[in-house]
Amino acid sequence: MGNSVKIRRFRRCPRISHLFLVKGIINHPMKALSIQNLKKTYNNGFQALKGVDLEVDSGDFFALLGPNGAGKSTIIGIISSLVTKSSGSVTVFGHDLDKASGQAKCCIGLVPQEVNFNQFETVKNVVLIQAGYYGIPRKQAMAQAEHCLKQMDLWDKRDTVSRRLSGGMKRRLMIARAMVHQPRLLILDEPTAGVDIEIRRSMWQMMQEVNQQGTTIILTTHYLEEAESLCRNIAIINDGQIIEKSAMNSLLNRIHIDHFVLDIAQPLAVAPVIEGFGIELVDSHWLHVAVPKSQGLNRLFEELSRLGISVMSLKNKSNRLEQLFIDLVQ
Amino acid sequence: MNNSVAFRTILYKEIRRFTRIWPQTLLPPAITTALYFLIFGKLIGERIGAVHGVSYMDYIVPGVILMSVISHSYSNVVSSFYSTKFQHHIEELLVSPVPNWVILSGYVCGGIARGVMVGAVVAAISMLFTQVTVLNWPITLTVLILTSTLFALAGFINAVFADSFDDISIIPNFVLTPLSYLGGVFYSLAMLPPIWQIIAQGNPILYMINAFRFGLIGVTDVDIALAFQMTAGFILFLSGLSLFLLHKGIGIKN
Ligand SMILES: Nc1ncnc2c1ncn2[C@@H]1O[C@H](COP(=O)(O)OP(=O)(O)OP(=O)(O)O)[C@@H](O)[C@H]1O
Ligand SMILES: [Mg+2]
Repeated sequence: MGNSVKIRRFRRCPRISHLFLVKGIINHPMKALSIQNLKKTYNNGFQALKGVDLEVDSGDFFALLGPNGAGKSTIIGIISSLVTKSSGSVTVFGHDLDKASGQAKCCIGLVPQEVNFNQFETVKNVVLIQAGYYGIPRKQAMAQAEHCLKQMDLWDKRDTVSRRLSGGMKRRLMIARAMVHQPRLLILDEPTAGVDIEIRRSMWQMMQEVNQQGTTIILTTHYLEEAESLCRNIAIINDGQIIEKSAMNSLLNRIHIDHFVLDIAQPLAVAPVIEGFGIELVDSHWLHVAVPKSQGLNRLFEELSRLGISVMSLKNKSNRLEQLFIDLVQ
Repeated sequence: MNNSVAFRTILYKEIRRFTRIWPQTLLPPAITTALYFLIFGKLIGERIGAVHGVSYMDYIVPGVILMSVISHSYSNVVSSFYSTKFQHHIEELLVSPVPNWVILSGYVCGGIARGVMVGAVVAAISMLFTQVTVLNWPITLTVLILTSTLFALAGFINAVFADSFDDISIIPNFVLTPLSYLGGVFYSLAMLPPIWQIIAQGNPILYMINAFRFGLIGVTDVDIALAFQMTAGFILFLSGLSLFLLHKGIGIKN
């Protein structure tokens, strides 16, 4: 997608001295984002963040999850200078947001939760104007805009007034806009909300590509399978506090019981009893089975065939992360 | 960070905005001016006779031009910056590393551009009715630029505080228009009763209109130096205030 466009790597953030970089890698890898004791009380007195600590490694693909109103967009707003913090500190690639806001801002690309471009501008102008705000000269901005719009599959729409785009296209336009200055940290606040499945897949692929090219990504989403398949590290926030921080793998390993629903060939009147598994009859053709990791599925099927029950198909009762999430948040 | 690119981006965006909607921005002042000259100049003016040795029609030209400059430089910034806030695309500016003074200069220069362009349109219409020529270009242009700068800044501050579309029309309707009309566009101070002459001198717009009139036709009721000092003082004060508001994020950040 749009790879044919040759563009110069464009960096306005001053390069960190080589020595420091080498030393940094050995001692403590450069953090893309470091947040300490971040608090936010809105003007109406509501405390949305109650002391958040968060670190994201350079190059990470990071999920920030939490229920509605947990404070995800508030954190993102503070990182991207849209919301003023009440206290605490935020550092982006070593640049403190209070002391070196210009350099910090150069490193960040933001895809906000709500549409916030000028609806009366054309698609291309939305991206070009943003490039201008980052100080990218016109000619270079044109090349960058073309690259980003092609990557987002919007090049054909470049002269359309942005108000006339569909919801999914508007979201992709915001991604193109966020990438026009080639940020080192891309923050996406629910980028796939309301996007059809095909586009969502291509967005996943795009995000993975961008991440593989070295851009750190922070993603919020309510589609947990999305976070599960894309992200390496995860934080869960609830009620303005981080309640869980870990690698996705180790989090998923904590799930000891998988839940499956089996579609069975012959109707049953009562649920079969098999030692080690919790089996319930949902209705005459459906069984709900709780499978502990220690048992595995093989023995379940052996026992079921011994009882003369043939299984037509099976599916996960719910997404694994979803279950954990619900346990944690409640 | 290349500030000049960012500045030009804002300025061009502003100019494109008001030229794109020219039937709302450039056409109305042309029509209003034509009406002023028909009614005040032709029908009423002929009964008034000369003021300070110039015909009444010529006398009102500078004020009519500057009145449009004032209202348009103000309204350009107030409506553009307010809708930037209202539609949330101010966030595009806030996330990017554009310094506040560049944001302010971009919007203010957009307001100046609109003020000057409308001033030119109104001046062109005036030429159809009168034979006014510019007596002193440096003074005329300086007053034009300073006045539009001042009111562009004022419009900016109005937009920062505005919370609804009502808020952006209160000042123009209830402050600017009355002060402009009472600022000696259509009369000389000498035509007022003595007590009103004193009250009228508390109106800053009176000074700008007279300075502009001095530049164009060499007639003034006030001290020109005082007019310049006053305008410059207001500009400094309002710039400082605007930068302070931007720095604090008042009205634009949560
Ligand atoms: N401008 C504001 N003034 C007052 N309270 C606010 C404001 N913005 C957000 N809040 C409150 O702060 C809390 C956190 O909001 P936030 O938008 O950060 O949640 P979120 O995690 O992004 O939720 P969602 O998943 O629904 O997007 C909510 O209770 C919200 O009502
Ligand atoms: Mg949110």
